[in-house]
Amino acid sequence: MATRHSRSAARLMMAPAVILLLGWMLVPLTMTLWFSFRKYLPMRGGDLGGVGFDNYVRFVTSSAFWPSVQATLVIVGGVLAITVTFGVLLALLLDQPIWGQGIVRILVIAPFFVMPTVSALVWKNMFMDPVNGLLAHLWGFFGAEPVQWLSQAPLASIILIVAWQWLPFATLILLTAIQSLDSEQLEAAEMDGAPPLSRFGHIVLPHLGRAITVVVLIQTIFLLSIFAEIFVTTQGSFGTRTLTYLIYQRVLESQNVGLGSAGGIYAVILANIVAIFLMRIVGKNLDA
Amino acid sequence: MGQITLEKVTKSFGDVEVIPPLDLTIQDGEFTVFVGPSGCGKSTLLRLIAGLEDISGGTISIDGQDATSIPPAKRGLAMVFQSYALYPHMSVRKNIAFPMRMAGLPKDEQDRRIAQAAEALNLTDYLDRRPGQLSGGQRQRVAIGRAIVREPSAFLFDEPLSNLDAALRVGMRLEISELHKRLATTMIYVTHDQVEAMTMADRIVVLRAGHIEQVGSPLELYRSPRNTFVAGFIGSPRMNFIEGAAAQALGAHTIGIRPEHIDVAAQDAPWQGTVGVAEHLGSDTFFHVHGTGLAETLTVRAPGEVSFRHGDRIGLAPRTQEFHRFDAEGLRIA
Amino acid sequence: MARAVSTRRKLIYTLAAWTAGLLIFFPILWTVLTSFKTEADAIADPPVFLFFDWTLENYAIVQERSDYMRFLWNSVIIAGGSTLLGVLIAVPAAWSMAFVPSRRTKDILLWMLSTKMLPAVGVLYPIYLIFIEMGLLDSRIGLTLVLMLINLPIIVWMLYTYFREIPAEILEAARMDGATLREEILYVLTPMAVPGIASTVLLNIILAWNEAFWTLNLTAAKAAPLTAFIASYSSPEGLFYAKLSAASTMAIAPILILGWFSQKQLVRGLTFGAVK
Repeated sequence: MATRHSRSAARLMMAPAVILLLGWMLVPLTMTLWFSFRKYLPMRGGDLGGVGFDNYVRFVTSSAFWPSVQATLVIVGGVLAITVTFGVLLALLLDQPIWGQGIVRILVIAPFFVMPTVSALVWKNMFMDPVNGLLAHLWGFFGAEPVQWLSQAPLASIILIVAWQWLPFATLILLTAIQSLDSEQLEAAEMDGAPPLSRFGHIVLPHLGRAITVVVLIQTIFLLSIFAEIFVTTQGSFGTRTLTYLIYQRVLESQNVGLGSAGGIYAVILANIVAIFLMRIVGKNLDA
Repeated sequence: MGQITLEKVTKSFGDVEVIPPLDLTIQDGEFTVFVGPSGCGKSTLLRLIAGLEDISGGTISIDGQDATSIPPAKRGLAMVFQSYALYPHMSVRKNIAFPMRMAGLPKDEQDRRIAQAAEALNLTDYLDRRPGQLSGGQRQRVAIGRAIVREPSAFLFDEPLSNLDAALRVGMRLEISELHKRLATTMIYVTHDQVEAMTMADRIVVLRAGHIEQVGSPLELYRSPRNTFVAGFIGSPRMNFIEGAAAQALGAHTIGIRPEHIDVAAQDAPWQGTVGVAEHLGSDTFFHVHGTGLAETLTVRAPGEVSFRHGDRIGLAPRTQEFHRFDAEGLRIA
Repeated sequence: MARAVSTRRKLIYTLAAWTAGLLIFFPILWTVLTSFKTEADAIADPPVFLFFDWTLENYAIVQERSDYMRFLWNSVIIAGGSTLLGVLIAVPAAWSMAFVPSRRTKDILLWMLSTKMLPAVGVLYPIYLIFIEMGLLDSRIGLTLVLMLINLPIIVWMLYTYFREIPAEILEAARMDGATLREEILYVLTPMAVPGIASTVLLNIILAWNEAFWTLNLTAAKAAPLTAFIASYSSPEGLFYAKLSAASTMAIAPILILGWFSQKQLVRGLTFGAVK
């Protein structure tokens, strides 16, 4: 499809992007890998020598590790369940003929554009505050005892905040997928006598399968590394310390870089496992 | 000037050789058509000449100069693409001006040539429109206009008419032929349509699987095709091929006879058969005749209106001097 | 083919959709409303929705006390700069991959994507160290570079999917017409890809604007953008709902507007072309 001349030009023009990303990936990752085998305490003596796999062992055997894995899984799983379920429902609803569809769409998408620190703070103070929060007023209106959201149901609260941010993403992608469904297919099924529910189960849902997978994978990658939402709400207390947050604390708060780096390598491996699945799908799409 | 010479030109994509070593000379001012079924390498060959692809071996020279490693822009050739490839964000005027702008021609010279080309191509009223606002035929003219103003040493056309409807195609065919008569510039034209090849070409190059099967004027190809492939490809409807006893009687493996060389005759004619489909075009009538014992179907072209219908018995008389004889390899026996 | 739907059904769908839409939008609406209240009205019990004394004083106070404009300016420079830089680097790369594909193109694209999936926290300390070494900590240049790098894969991908829709013949025509590579990209490809480039720019400004891991960890005061500015409200002093709301409204308003413009392209950009 091209000449030698254009091929060499192409290589040259691709070089800056490739070199930059290669450096961005390799340099810090190599450093993290190096630190992960050192006893490295910047505030308490600096690099105190190699320790083999000590950090890796200590990271997973520390009392904070399994709770952080659990918190991570609960948050990721909870947000995924909420966003996918409501995303499908909302997408189906928005696909129907409604007045002011464009405006509703805009309303639904809006939370996605709110920066994480803003949404976390707004929810924390104006909704979840046990005294002045709107939810407390709502509970009070029905005569119920206001909930201490962030201390009594910390994971649920974080899930609610993050799900609110990501629901638009799921909805938008699923809506796009639904709209790409060939309406003749549905009409053919209708002609064949399929009732609405089985049309949904046999045609719409399978058609959405790929979009749902994409939503799940992309969200998982982003959700595994949520940070700001925890940083400005609970600071990792009340059992909301995720793996990401734990590593962050090890590295920057307790300045145990060796230990944190070992955790970082675990996180990289975890993210890569998810990424492989996502890449398969995206890669397949490239060939099409 | 525009003499193009290909010597031992080869092209491979990876391990696949799409053009085996090929030699060809295109004379200055000649209208050459590359014709062949899809996938025969004709477009690749054109792109090699244009410089849009590198050749894998051999040399291409233009007017005696080795052009093999000259980039497309410097070869002095203009190309008209199948999709017209107009710049959608530019007006017709700017589209036509683009090559001159790239060449750094003075503005007044650009305007003069644009006006001239627009006049010749009936585009004067459309100069300020965008390609998206034009019909298929008009877009085609803009593409040609963009090629003309460069005053290239040769024009390359890559199936330029295949996106037009049948009626427009005939019109554009004439326009391009007239253009060639007027400019007398070398033109290389790629098509899979043998009618276009026959009507427009000074010389036809028939290609199959990257090989040149035959080069010659339209009538040479029609009268003495070098092999069964060319014989079958050139001429419409297609030549009838007969194998077996009838061929052996003439000392050949296969004999070919064109539909227009078989006459409808009385009952005592040498060949007898049953009319399958009869296509009444008014000017001609095509019969597809079965049950002759010679080939599954014989196509016969009878001038004017002939009133045989489906299922009628028909007698056929081939003009024996028009038989083409081919050997077992499909090569013509002189 | 659209079919006539009974008005009753349309009414029900409309009601349901608007209810859902308003519910989802409500936190933003509430924030905007609160930003116009006095601090007393902001915590009134029962809450007041529309009938309060509308005031702009919170906006004035926020600007006065915390120099809001400086953070805004940082956000603009960092988000805009990283996007612009990213596009400049990505356009040639995307051109190469879209129009001169090789056997490795697909691998390179996927590899670029994989760098995007690297968990930031895994490289936090090295970047931190490098930044200290190079004096980039709490600098706009440093943050611009980091955000450019984390979004570069998305920019390349989006541009690639847009470029692939441009017929290669048009670029070949330009080449035949005597355009050099630079002219081909400048006069033919770029103008044709303007809509795609625009939505790429838009989406990346949004992503960079809202990025909250690196901005929180690599800035202190000088280069802090709005994400970090808002985070400083997490340890409140006294009555502050209305001021928090005013600050939040100012931080999200520009991007909300940009976001609404780019919603159609959002899907494509965020799914790397896997859903169109």
